[in-house]
Amino acid sequence: MQAHQRMLDPTANSLHSGESPLFRTIGLTKRYGDFLANDSIDIDIWPTEIHALLGENGAGKSTLVKAIYGLIQPSAGQICWRGQPIVQSGPSEARSRGISMVFQHFSLFDNLTVAENVALGLDGKESFKDMSARLEQVSKTYGLPLDPKREVWQLSVGERQRIEIVRALMQDPQFLILDEPTAVLTPQEADQLFVVLERLKAEGRAILYISHKLEEVKRLCDTATILRGGKKVETCNPRLETAASLARMMVGGEIKEVKAAAGRQTTVPRLVVNDLSLAPGEAHGVRLEHISFELKGGEILGIAGVAGNGQDELFAALSGERLSKDPGTIVIEGLAAGHLSITQRRKLGAAFVPEERLGHGTAPRMKLSENALLTGHAASGMVHHGFIDTAATLKTVDRATKTFDVRKAKRDPEAASLSGGNLQKFIVGREILRNPAVLVVSQPTWGVDAGAAAVIRQALLDLATAGAAVLVTSQDLDELAEIADRIAVMFHGHLSAPLATSEATRERLGLLMGGSTLEPKEAAHAVGA
Amino acid sequence: MQLVLEKRAERSNTIALISPLIAIGLTIVTMVILFAILGKNPLLALQAYFIAPLTDSYSLQEIAVKATPLVMIAIGLSLCYLANAWNIGAEGQFLIGAVAGSWIAVKTQGTDAGAWVLPVMLVLAAAAGALYALIPAICKVKFGASEILTSLMLVYVADLFLDYLVRGPWRDPHGFNFPTTAEFDPVATVPLLIEGGRLHLGSIIALLVVAAVAILLGRTIKGFEIRVVGAAPRAARFGGFNSNQLIILTFAVSGALAGLAGIIEVAGPVGHLQPGISPGYGFTAIIVAFLGRLNPLGILIAGLFLALTFIGGEQAQIAMKIPLDVTKVFQGILLFYVLACDSLILYRFKLVFPNRQVARGTH
Repeated sequence: MQAHQRMLDPTANSLHSGESPLFRTIGLTKRYGDFLANDSIDIDIWPTEIHALLGENGAGKSTLVKAIYGLIQPSAGQICWRGQPIVQSGPSEARSRGISMVFQHFSLFDNLTVAENVALGLDGKESFKDMSARLEQVSKTYGLPLDPKREVWQLSVGERQRIEIVRALMQDPQFLILDEPTAVLTPQEADQLFVVLERLKAEGRAILYISHKLEEVKRLCDTATILRGGKKVETCNPRLETAASLARMMVGGEIKEVKAAAGRQTTVPRLVVNDLSLAPGEAHGVRLEHISFELKGGEILGIAGVAGNGQDELFAALSGERLSKDPGTIVIEGLAAGHLSITQRRKLGAAFVPEERLGHGTAPRMKLSENALLTGHAASGMVHHGFIDTAATLKTVDRATKTFDVRKAKRDPEAASLSGGNLQKFIVGREILRNPAVLVVSQPTWGVDAGAAAVIRQALLDLATAGAAVLVTSQDLDELAEIADRIAVMFHGHLSAPLATSEATRERLGLLMGGSTLEPKEAAHAVGA
Repeated sequence: MQLVLEKRAERSNTIALISPLIAIGLTIVTMVILFAILGKNPLLALQAYFIAPLTDSYSLQEIAVKATPLVMIAIGLSLCYLANAWNIGAEGQFLIGAVAGSWIAVKTQGTDAGAWVLPVMLVLAAAAGALYALIPAICKVKFGASEILTSLMLVYVADLFLDYLVRGPWRDPHGFNFPTTAEFDPVATVPLLIEGGRLHLGSIIALLVVAAVAILLGRTIKGFEIRVVGAAPRAARFGGFNSNQLIILTFAVSGALAGLAGIIEVAGPVGHLQPGISPGYGFTAIIVAFLGRLNPLGILIAGLFLALTFIGGEQAQIAMKIPLDVTKVFQGILLFYVLACDSLILYRFKLVFPNRQVARGTH
C-alpha cells in the first residue's frame, strides 16, 4: 500500500514527465537483523543519463546496488524495469534484461587470458572464436584497447578494469552500473574512462555511477542521488551544486577542516631508505626496485600510486614483516634496521598502521585492550617479566578513546564490533599514543567516514608538528595534497623522486602514476597515448 | 518460513558457556534412541552410564584416575589448537613417554636404586614426548607437511615400537610369555594418595598443570601470543609474533604433557609396561579439549565427564551387556555436537518470514 502511494508521487522526476523511467526502485528496503541498510529508497534511472550514487562508506550504496543487480533480495519495496514491477532473482537474470555491472573488486582469474576471463563471465553460447572476435571489435569500437591473448596477471589495474567494462559492454546493456571505477585509476586513465562513459550515454544507455569523489561527479553526472545512513537524502543536479554542498548532504553537517600548524620545523633524518630492493614474497607480487628516500622529523612524505604497484611490499619491508638482507637499506633513528624484526623496530621508536584494519591491524575477535597489547607489548610498559599488565592495556584503550573520540558500545569491546572509522581512530590512536619517532601509515582514511578521516588527518599533522617523521601511503590524491609536504609516486616497484606538494599537480602525479618520467618529451608522449 | 543462521555482532559469552551443555543434552537424546534401537531400556542404560559411577567411592576415585591423563593431554592439545597447530598424535606421544620412562624402571629393576628413579622417569618421559611431538612440528615448519597426517601416523609407529619392546627385549622372563615388563619396583611407582585406594599423585600433577596453563593463557604475553597466532595469523605477524616458533613450542609442550601422562599411567594405575595401556586417551583428549572450550578449567570439568563415560561404559557392559564400543560411539557423537553447537557462539538462529511486500512481478 505504501508502495502504491509512492508510485503516484508526482515529484519523481519532472524533467521526464509522461514517460516511465528505464529503471526505478520504490520504497526499496533492506534489513539485516535490526539494522536498516536501505530504508525505503526511491530512485529513478532514465535512458541517456549518467546518474551518480553518492554517499559515505556505510551509507547503503553497495546494498542498494546489490539489490538492483539481483545479488540480494530486498526486504520490502518494489523494483520496476521499463515500468513493469519485477523480481530480480539473480545477476544472470539482471544481465538477460540488459543490466550489467562493473564491480570495484574485479572477479578475474590471474592465470587465464583476457579472452578466457571474458568467456567465463558471459552467459551466451557463442563459440570461443566468435566471442574473441567480438571482444576485439567491442574493445576497438569504444577505445578500450585489450590484447585478448594476454594473461591477466601481466596487466595493470587499469587494463584489468577495461576487461570488466568490455565484458559488460559485450552484453549490450541498456543499464550499466559502475562501482567506484576511478578508485584504481590515474587521473589520465579516469579521463579516458569518462570519454567512454559519455559515449555510452550518447548511445542512449543509462549509467549508475557510484562514487564519493565529488568533483568527478559534478563533471560527469546529470543526476545525483545522495544516501546517508541508509536513507535517501536528495536527488539533485550535481552541476548546480558545489562540492561543499554535496559533501554537506553526504555527511549531514560541516566537515571539520584540517589545519597544519604554521612554521613546522624539519629536523634530523629519522627514516632513511637506501637503495632498497626486495623480491616479492608471493607469486605475482611486485618487486621493490632501488627505493631510496629520506624523511626528516617534522615532515610528512606522501606516497601516491595506483594500488598494486608495490605499496604493500614497501609497507612490509619498512615494518619488518619482511626482512631485508642488507641492514643498511633501512635506517630508523640513525640505526641500520633492515634486518631487525618489527618488534625491534618498534623499540627504536617506529610505529606502523597497515591498510587492512581487521585481521592485519587488529585481531577482529579480540578485545581492544588485547589489540592495544598487540603492538604495545614491545615498548609501552604493558608487560612485566612476561606477565601482562591488564590495567596498562586498558589505560591505552581509555586514552585512545578520549583523545581520538572512539565511539563504542562498552569500555572494552571486540575490535570487529567497531565501525570502520572508529576502529581506524583506535588503531591510529594506539600508535600515536606511543609517541613514535617514525610513523608509517598505509591508507589512513580508506573506507572511513568524513568525520573520522578529518580526525585522523589532523592527528597525523599534529604528530609531525611534534617532531615525528610520517610516511603516508594513499591512493587519495586529495588526502595527500592536504597533509603531505612532499609526494612521491610508486610505479611497478619504483619510487619516483618526491615533488614538493605545491608542485605536485594532478597532471604531474597522474603521469608518474602511469609510469612516465617527467621529462618534457616523454610527458607529452604519455598524454597522447 | 525459513530458518537462517545470522552472524552475531559480538561473540556470545553465554552461549560459549552453555554450548557444551547443549551438546551433552543432544548427545544423550541421541544415545537414548541408540539404546532403544539396541533393545536396551534407555533409562536403565543412562542410569548405568551416568549415575551408578557416582554412587560409590571406588568408582569416584576411578573417575579421577581416568580423568588424570585425559586432562593432562587435553591441556597440552588446547595450546596447540589455540595456536592453530593441529596435533592429532597425542596418543603416540603418550606411548613414547610411557616407553621412555619405563626404560629407567626396567633398567633399575631389582637394584637398590634410590628415590631418584621416579623423578628421572617423569622428566625423561616428558622429554621423550616433547621430542616425539617435534617431529611433525619440524616437518610442518620446514617442509610444510600437514601436521595432522604426520602426527597421526606417528601414533602407529609408537604403538608398534612399544609392542616390539614388551614382546622382545623388555619382556618379563617370569611373565609366562605374556607381552609385558615385570611389575615396577616401589621406587619406580607413582605413590598413592590414600593407602589402599586408587587415587595417586598424578592427579595432583594434573591439577598443577591446569593451574599453570590457566595462568599462562590468561596472564602472560606468551599465552597472548598463542591466542593471537591462532585467532588472527596476519595480525600476529604484525604484532611481531612468529607463528613457526609457536608451532614448535606448543607441539613440544603438548608432547611433554602427553608423555608425562603416559609414564604416570604406566608407573601408577597399571604398574608395568604392556600393550593396551591406553584405551585411546590421546584421541579422547581431543574431545575433552573441545568440550572444555580450550579453556583450562573447562578441560578439567570435561575430563571428569569423559572419564565418567569410560567408567559408566564398563558398568553398562557388566550390568546390561551393552558393548564397550558404545562408549566410543558416545564420545564421537559428543565431539560432533560440540563442534556444531560452537557455531552458535558467533551465529544465532533466526526465523525469517517471507516478505509479502516484495512484488511477485512479471518477467
